[in-house]
Amino acid sequence: MIQTLDQIFVLLKHWLLNFLPAAWQPAVGVVLSVVCIIGVFPALFAFTTVLERKGIGRIQNRLGPNRVGPFGILQPIADGIKSLTKEDIVPLKADAAVHFLAPIVLVVAVFMGFAVLPMGRNMVLVDMDAGLLFYFAMGASTEVSVFMAGWSSRNKYSLLGAMRAVAQMISYEVALLLSSVVVVMMSGSLSLVKIVAAQNQYSWGLPHWYIFTPWGFAGALMFGIAATAETNRSPFDLPEGESELVAGYFTEYSGFKFALFFLGEYVAMFSIAGLGATLFLGGWSAPLAALQFIPSWMWFFGKLMVAMCVFIWMRGTLPRLRQDQLMNFAWKFVLPMCLLNLFVAGLWRFMGDGLLRWVICSAILILAYVGMGWGEMKRKHLGPRTYRYAE
Amino acid sequence: MLGEGILKGLAETAKNFAGSFVSAERMITVQYPEERIAPMEAARVFPFLVYDSKHPEDSLDWEAGMRCVACQICEKECPPKCIYIEKSKDKKPDFVGKMQIYPARFDIDISVCMSCQICVEVCPFEAIKMDTQFELATDDRFGALLLDRKELAKSNEYYHHIHPTEAAEVDARLAAEKAKANAKVKAAADAAVAKAATQPAVPAAKPAEGNKQE
Repeated sequence: MIQTLDQIFVLLKHWLLNFLPAAWQPAVGVVLSVVCIIGVFPALFAFTTVLERKGIGRIQNRLGPNRVGPFGILQPIADGIKSLTKEDIVPLKADAAVHFLAPIVLVVAVFMGFAVLPMGRNMVLVDMDAGLLFYFAMGASTEVSVFMAGWSSRNKYSLLGAMRAVAQMISYEVALLLSSVVVVMMSGSLSLVKIVAAQNQYSWGLPHWYIFTPWGFAGALMFGIAATAETNRSPFDLPEGESELVAGYFTEYSGFKFALFFLGEYVAMFSIAGLGATLFLGGWSAPLAALQFIPSWMWFFGKLMVAMCVFIWMRGTLPRLRQDQLMNFAWKFVLPMCLLNLFVAGLWRFMGDGLLRWVICSAILILAYVGMGWGEMKRKHLGPRTYRYAE
Repeated sequence: MLGEGILKGLAETAKNFAGSFVSAERMITVQYPEERIAPMEAARVFPFLVYDSKHPEDSLDWEAGMRCVACQICEKECPPKCIYIEKSKDKKPDFVGKMQIYPARFDIDISVCMSCQICVEVCPFEAIKMDTQFELATDDRFGALLLDRKELAKSNEYYHHIHPTEAAEVDARLAAEKAKANAKVKAAADAAVAKAATQPAVPAAKPAEGNKQE
């Protein structure tokens, strides 16, 4: 029974495929999985928008949307109908073809990332040997669509937003890659299925998740920061910066294209949260050996939603960074920490088992964090703003 | 240490998030159509015309009791020119009993009115006051936003209800004027009796002037 529930989607797919001739089965099987991915994540997106608005409302001691349906849970449907029925305006001077393509490129690139994410035991679309590499290649191509949107709109705010976005995303792409390299070093594979398998072991009932090691914890932290910046989420939402740039790179988008950008942004958040969960939180594996009876896909989506809640919590808490703070933080703090983390991961690997490697690796990382933070704060690269002209 | 402030901030927002579920005092937003707070006494939206009525329930009283005498001061003073008045041909007694012209037409275009209250300031007859009614949304852009004198007429009791302090002052002033006018009429009548009815019509003009000075 537990086995069946765990594999329910896999079994369902095989059952459906049995109605078809054998020659068709592989192709139809892929299409079926793709349709599921394209169906599930927009549904989650709809749920997350209302969760976010209600969560941030609660953080600000408001109720959030509460008009459409019971407790406002039908709000995303109203929003969807609204954006579908709105006029789609293309600026007269815009490069119409590129303007039209940009949101499509974004959504396609974002959905491609899910191809290699294992969403449960045996639930992965393509078990690629270089899955992580494929994921980052797809993630990097969202930058192209963002710049396409900004450039083709022929609007200064769009262009400024796009320039900011590209600068930010390329800077944090480096940190994102370097923070996940430690996982590849330790698991010895770029395949996300193998990375999860390496973490899906238990000693004394506790899992071997990478976040429970010093280098894994530091890596997860850096990954989280870089992922937030990569998806243009608050406090790194400079490319949108509605108080500065109207809406950034999608200022000139309206109606359904705007909705596509919005969808792309949230689906990118799901995808990067799923990758973070896969790399550091053991993917679909249960947090305790005793909890393995709960289906694996539930754990994956549970971790995904927890990560989304953290994103929402951060958005409700932190104000937007300034451009120079953003860049300083990326190149002067996150990048050196990631490089040091690579060294610590190597040290951990070659020091062998024992308490000593825990002490030494943790000490190096904590000292570096405290020391570098102190140094940067002292040089005012990070830390509170001072306005010399206003004094 | 770096990140300390972020943790403090996260704790603060988490406290707000959890607190919003348990304490009702935190949720200070008034959920408007279901919940309402009484409008403040000093609130003002658009003007209305006051009428005196012996039977507040009787809506037929509005035309007879209207304080407005169609002097057109408000029409002339109105900065956006949203008031339109037509004088009547005949006369009827006002609140002191003097025969006065009344407005045959009194329109206020509330799509033009800017709620400046100048009409209220200049009115010598306490006939026009500011209303607190703000739910005036309509799908008829031109007709429904042009209020005629029947729609504008509200009883003195309603005025007392929305602006109690101000209305009490106005009533006291009007009562004093009426008493003064009555005294003058009485004095004039006495004088007339004493003079054996030589000039009966002259003193009656004075109370109206007294009103204008107010």
